[in-house]
Order: sequence, then structure tokens, then C-alpha cells
Amino acid sequence: MRGLHSALDAAGPQAGRIEDLWWIFFSVCTVVFLLVLTALLAAVLHSRREKERHRLPGPERNLTRAVGGATAVTVILLLGLLIASVTTGRAVGSPAPSNSLTLEVVGHQWWWEIHYEDPLPSRRFTTANEIHIPVGLPIRIKTRSSDVIHSFWVPSLHGKRDLIPGYPTETWLQADRPGVFRGQCAEFCGAQHANMALVVVAEPPAEFAAWRSAQLQTPPPPATALQQRGQAVFLAMPCPACHTIAGTSAGGRIGPDLTHLASRSTLAAGTLPNTTGHLAGWILDPQTQKPGNQMPAIALQADDLQALLAYLESLR
Amino acid sequence: MRRDRFDQRLTIVLLVLLALAGCKREERRFRSSPAADARPGVVRVGELQPGPPTPGLVVANPFIKNAPAIADGQRLYTQMNCAGCHFHGGGGIGPPLMDDQWIYGSDPENIFSTIVEGRPNGMPSYRARLTDDQVWKIVAYVQSLGGLPDQSALPGRPDHLRAKDEGVPHYPTPPRSAPAEHP
Repeated sequence: MRGLHSALDAAGPQAGRIEDLWWIFFSVCTVVFLLVLTALLAAVLHSRREKERHRLPGPERNLTRAVGGATAVTVILLLGLLIASVTTGRAVGSPAPSNSLTLEVVGHQWWWEIHYEDPLPSRRFTTANEIHIPVGLPIRIKTRSSDVIHSFWVPSLHGKRDLIPGYPTETWLQADRPGVFRGQCAEFCGAQHANMALVVVAEPPAEFAAWRSAQLQTPPPPATALQQRGQAVFLAMPCPACHTIAGTSAGGRIGPDLTHLASRSTLAAGTLPNTTGHLAGWILDPQTQKPGNQMPAIALQADDLQALLAYLESLR
Repeated sequence: MRRDRFDQRLTIVLLVLLALAGCKREERRFRSSPAADARPGVVRVGELQPGPPTPGLVVANPFIKNAPAIADGQRLYTQMNCAGCHFHGGGGIGPPLMDDQWIYGSDPENIFSTIVEGRPNGMPSYRARLTDDQVWKIVAYVQSLGGLPDQSALPGRPDHLRAKDEGVPHYPTPPRSAPAEHP
């Protein structure tokens, strides 16, 4: 079953095991359900005929063998399902292999902050709401939350992992084929819980390396006069209090890092596609797009807005 | 019988009215209205003035009785590192915010302009770093520190529960060796 956001479209080893378990449960439960319905139907028809024969109710315990047999089958089936579930849980919960790439996912109300880690400080960087991973390499994911309980869930790659404030945990996942997989916060975390999504892009190692080196670059200084003015608008407005753009004086760490904003496919944690129109709407009136989020509405003149958009769209 | 029924209805109506009274403090205004954007004009920061006293410009803080806005203000107070100088209202490097001593005035518009304009000897200006709406929320929170707003509007549990641990693992502190006793 294909899908952008489907646990039945497994693309990784753990998701594959979870999918197998799901199919086992689904088929066993379907068969049991059909058997129970058939037995019920038989009982209804049978008892009618019985009633016609002798008018008085007979003794109750004339089905001891059938009931005993059915109970035994039920116990065996439940035990089997329990064993399948525990085995899958153990396999899925194994620690990350040592050759894995490490990244840290931080849950915020209502977006994801992602740090790519590296022993070399110059090869670390921060992004938001979009994770790129190389195909075939285990990815170790350290998780934490900055405010309330969130849950990191990319159904095609792994099960859920709760992000509990003050309690860093870790898990790992791996993509076996290239593709785009959607993730979602899976623990109710406030007004915009539903609009707290992320995108995982699994790509061949060469493409990943290219993406990674692009993310490590400081964006070049604005080229055109319009972009230069846009940068000045960005720095004069309240934006730098919360957002970072590498290579400028903007270094806020409250909102998403905007250093490579234009390279991302969505805005506001998967709420809007990253297009000029949506970006303009988001800056001017974020509370209509995603009520309750922490971005304040920024009052801008039309020409300042155009300059700011030109600048932000140049941040590839 | 009829009287009983009337009493029952009256009770229900009274209970509903009682419940409605609690609604106001939880009202969330996501989009700021022009009223919230009303900047105070010229704010007087001192008591002295020549001639007879003239009434100052009174700007009502739209968030003063609003629990979610006060909780937002608390979050912004942390994010903007107000606690770095004022601590949690008790004062340290900067003056305390929960007593009745206000160098530049305790009215909402005074606190607003103190945040926006900054003050000599250390208070930075948050002009163009916060929107007016956000400043008004901080004002509401700062006023709540000294118990100025209606107690019914104070959030029992702040919406924004900040994790103490910012990802740095806790290491158990080694037991301190007892100071050597001098004979």
C-alpha cells in the first residue's frame, strides 16, 4: 500500500517488522471475527429449531466440549499474538549500529528543530522540519523536547518515539529505498498539534553528500539591490530576535533556522508549501494560517515585503 | 410540583451563568486587533511637572485579565532573557518587578515604554525586537508578578512548561568532601 504517510508502506527494517506484525494481527483478527460471526449465526438458527421441538428450555451445560475447545484456541491464539508482538518489539528496539549518522531532533510547539551532529564542529549544522538521509545508512536519532511532550513518528521508517521534556532518549532508523516520507507529531501537544509535520527525504549517498555540503555553506551576501534591501528589512524587523541566518548578525534560537529556508519544501512545519505567496501570507498574518503559533504578525509595507521575500527566497 | 420544576430550571440557568463567568479569562485572541497595537503616546516617567497636575494618557492593557496572554508573556519573558537581570521578579542585576518601587512608573504604558525604549544603566531597548502585541503580553506578565491583575486571571499552570534540562545530561554531583576540621 503506497502512501506518503503510511505505516503499510515500509521503507526501513524496523518499519518492515512493524508492518509484518500489523498484517499478522489483521489476518488473525479477521479470521477470528468471521468465525465468531459464523458461530453466532449458527447458534441463532439452531436455537430456533430447538425451541420448536421442545417448548421447555433444556439444561444449560450441553456445549461443554465446544466452549472448552474454543477457550483453548483463544488462549493459544492470544499467546501467539503476544509472542509475535514481544519479538517485534525487541527487534525494533535494538540499539543503533556504530557506523550510523547522528542527528538530534528537538520538538517545539509546533515545529521540529534538527541538528546534524559530527565530531568536527565545522561540519555541524541546524535545520528545521526537513530531514535528509542517505539510503542504506543507519541514522541514530537523539530526541528531546523543549516544552511539552511530543512524539516523533515517520510511519514508513519506524514506530513512534515520545519526546519527553527533560528526558533525552534515542532511537535509530534506516531507509532502504529513496523516497519522500512524511512524519507527524503523534502525541497531542497543543492547539497546532495537527500542523506539526516533517518531511524525511531519503536519497542516494552522493546526493545526500551534495545536500549536506550545501547546508554547511554560509549563504552568499545578497546579490541584487532588492535582496540587499530585503536583508536590511530582515535585520531591522523583529525577525532576528528569534531566527538565525548564518553570515548575518541574526542569531536568535527561538524559531527555526532560516539559513537555507528556500531549500526546504514546506513552511511552518508542513503546514504550507514553500512558495512566495504562502511565505508572504505567513510573514504578514501567521495567526490565520496556524492559530496559536508563536510567530507574531509582522506589519510590513508592500515594497519592504517584496524586498524581504526576494532576500528569503535567495537563501538556498 | 410546578414550583419544583421552576426551581430546577432556575438552578440550571444560574449554573450556566456561573460557568460563563469563567470564559473571559481563557479567551484567546490569536490575531491582534488594532486596539492591541495602540502604542502609548508620550509617556510621563516622573512625578514632577510644572503647573497644575494634568491627567496622563491612559492606555488599557488588552491582556491584563487574560490567562493565555499572561502565560505567553511568561514564555516571552524567558525567551527574551528578562530573567538574566530581573530574575523571576525578585531583581538582581536589574530592579525587582514584584515590589511597589517603580523607577519609571508602574502603569501599563510606563512598563510598555520601558521595554520598548530601554532605560539608562542597563535596560536594553526591545524596539524592533518584539512586536507591540508581544510587549503587551510581557507587560501583562510583569504586572502579574506583583499581584496587580485580577487573581482570577492568573494561570494556575503556565501553558509553557519549560524543560529544566536543555539536553545536557545530568551527572550526579560527587558528594562534597567534608571540610577538614581544624584542631
